[in-house]
Amino acid sequence: MSAMVKVRQSTIIDAPVADVWRILRNFNGHDRWHPAIVASAIEGIVPADAVGSVRRLRLSDGSELREQLLSLSDERLLLTYCLLDGPLPLIDYVASIRVKRVTDGDRTFWEWHCEFKPPADRRDELVRLVTEDIYQNGFAAIRQLLRRVSSSPAVESRPSASPASSSGPLNERSSPRSVARSRAIIVSHYGGPEVLELKEIVLPQLAWGEVRIRHTAIGVNFIDVYCRNGSFNLLKPPAAPGMEAAGVIEAIGDGVTDFKIGDRVAYACLPVGAYSERRNMSPELMVSLSSDISDETAAATLLKGVTASFLLHDVHAVKPSEIVLIHAAAGGVGQLLTQWARQLGATVIGVVSSDDKAHIVDRLGAHHVIVRSGENFAEAAIRMTNGVGVNVVYDAVGRETFEESVAALAVRGHLVSFGQASGTIGERDVNRLTSKSATLSLPNYVHYTDSPDKLEPHIVRFFSALRKGLIQVQPPKKYDLANAADAHRDLESRRTTGPLILTV
Amino acid sequence: MAKVYVSSVINVPAAEVWRVVRDFNALPKWTPFVADSLIEQNMRADQIGCVRNFRLKDGGLIRERLLAMSDYDLSYTYSILESPMGVENYVASLTLTPVTDGNVTFAEWQAEFDCAPERESALVRQIGVNVFQAAFDSLKERLER
Repeated sequence: MSAMVKVRQSTIIDAPVADVWRILRNFNGHDRWHPAIVASAIEGIVPADAVGSVRRLRLSDGSELREQLLSLSDERLLLTYCLLDGPLPLIDYVASIRVKRVTDGDRTFWEWHCEFKPPADRRDELVRLVTEDIYQNGFAAIRQLLRRVSSSPAVESRPSASPASSSGPLNERSSPRSVARSRAIIVSHYGGPEVLELKEIVLPQLAWGEVRIRHTAIGVNFIDVYCRNGSFNLLKPPAAPGMEAAGVIEAIGDGVTDFKIGDRVAYACLPVGAYSERRNMSPELMVSLSSDISDETAAATLLKGVTASFLLHDVHAVKPSEIVLIHAAAGGVGQLLTQWARQLGATVIGVVSSDDKAHIVDRLGAHHVIVRSGENFAEAAIRMTNGVGVNVVYDAVGRETFEESVAALAVRGHLVSFGQASGTIGERDVNRLTSKSATLSLPNYVHYTDSPDKLEPHIVRFFSALRKGLIQVQPPKKYDLANAADAHRDLESRRTTGPLILTV
Repeated sequence: MAKVYVSSVINVPAAEVWRVVRDFNALPKWTPFVADSLIEQNMRADQIGCVRNFRLKDGGLIRERLLAMSDYDLSYTYSILESPMGVENYVASLTLTPVTDGNVTFAEWQAEFDCAPERESALVRQIGVNVFQAAFDSLKERLER
């Protein structure tokens, strides 16, 4: 039988509370300072400050443990977490880390507290281990780290000589310690386009390894609609949607080595938050823009281009002899798929919802165009292929087209369902796929792009195709950031063809 | 609502600091600005609801009611009933927290109150610097030597 023990350790750190909190609050950064932790990784596609995130820690003795973030408060400067599993019998271990400002001398009070049930015969050993090896050694490491940081001149004198950063208000904001304000489109609760409201927010100080980017152009994608209306749980209100933007780096936090102030960059990745003038984020998945790619082009095409790249090369590697059917072929991704599949040598059948869109897809080089409202596209596709059917269907329409898409497939065909503009595909009888040995793929953007290794080839391939003119992009339709709701209305009404961007 | 927050580190164990500040009638002993103090109606100084009635060295009279006290959390909360400061709805808390590293004390003193807007910044400074921090300074001087 084991009784609950409590361990409470506290110290005073001779550094401002904001500096200490910035380091401690990063649930996935404790390996950067704690001597007992060799590596830290968050499980799944979850930001480190999402309550519920699970970190996997590897210790210096090679053992591993998993801990879950239970609460995080930037207001109370408090985080709590629990141990899920690990090498030691710290049963029901729940810990909290709390800091407070010592106004007298601008220092920090830091308390580390936990409760757990040890086996009775190991009680003293485990209490000592937590007290000394984890907490007291952690205190010493942070004290050492902040001493080193504050005595290192390199931290405050980052390069800022680039022409892009020497004009305008950038220089005033170039310190990672400075507070920046940003206008942002905030979704306070899930709903229609009307929930996209412009607000003014204050950005926190840059965390370790983060940069602050000032956006110039922001991509509007259908995934933003799913985030806004709650179909996808990538956005937890209140928060700004948006996964794609281009801009300029205006401040860099400690530990950033790959980018400097003034760099032109673009990104198409989580976490959401691109619908804003400026934001802080990890630059891990950012790409530097060369001078021949404009901010607007990057913001309008990066996410769609990367999507088209992995759909045509990874999810289904399109071969020259294949017949490819593309739904919503006049849409953002559809236009890229249509041009690119043709460049790859495939025979392309574009499916659209109106005659106007049919003209666009025709001009993009589709071999056949089907107007969906006018005819049964599966029958048409079977007819066009002399009864054989198509090798692959790229379907972002979802509910409305699923059954017919299956019907349009050839034997050993592949249905790639990568969007749900008409609703989710819902429950389906997959037995029908066996009659053709068909394959169904439900690719998720994140799983193909969530590390530099996965993302890089698609970026290179897409920008190269753009430069060579293999694919061409319509000039984006522009909306002011404040009018993001109009952009969503237009996108959802399917009135638009080609890309939409918000400008700042 | 104006807020004041002052915190300090007193380099003696929390139990020692608590022994001094816990006495709600002891302001003359450990602050530099109180001349004398009594508890009204013959109540005990640790009785919740008791009122301390004290005179500042500059002559001002203040009455404060003890709202809560915890020997477990080393904390007490009180409100101002009467004072020359021109504040309303004034509630303050003094809290001590042990710092295990070095066995010293993290002391916090905070207050919230309403006042005329043009007087807010002066009052916040007056209370924070001349009352709370000054009291902490004299407490440190008394205990740390």
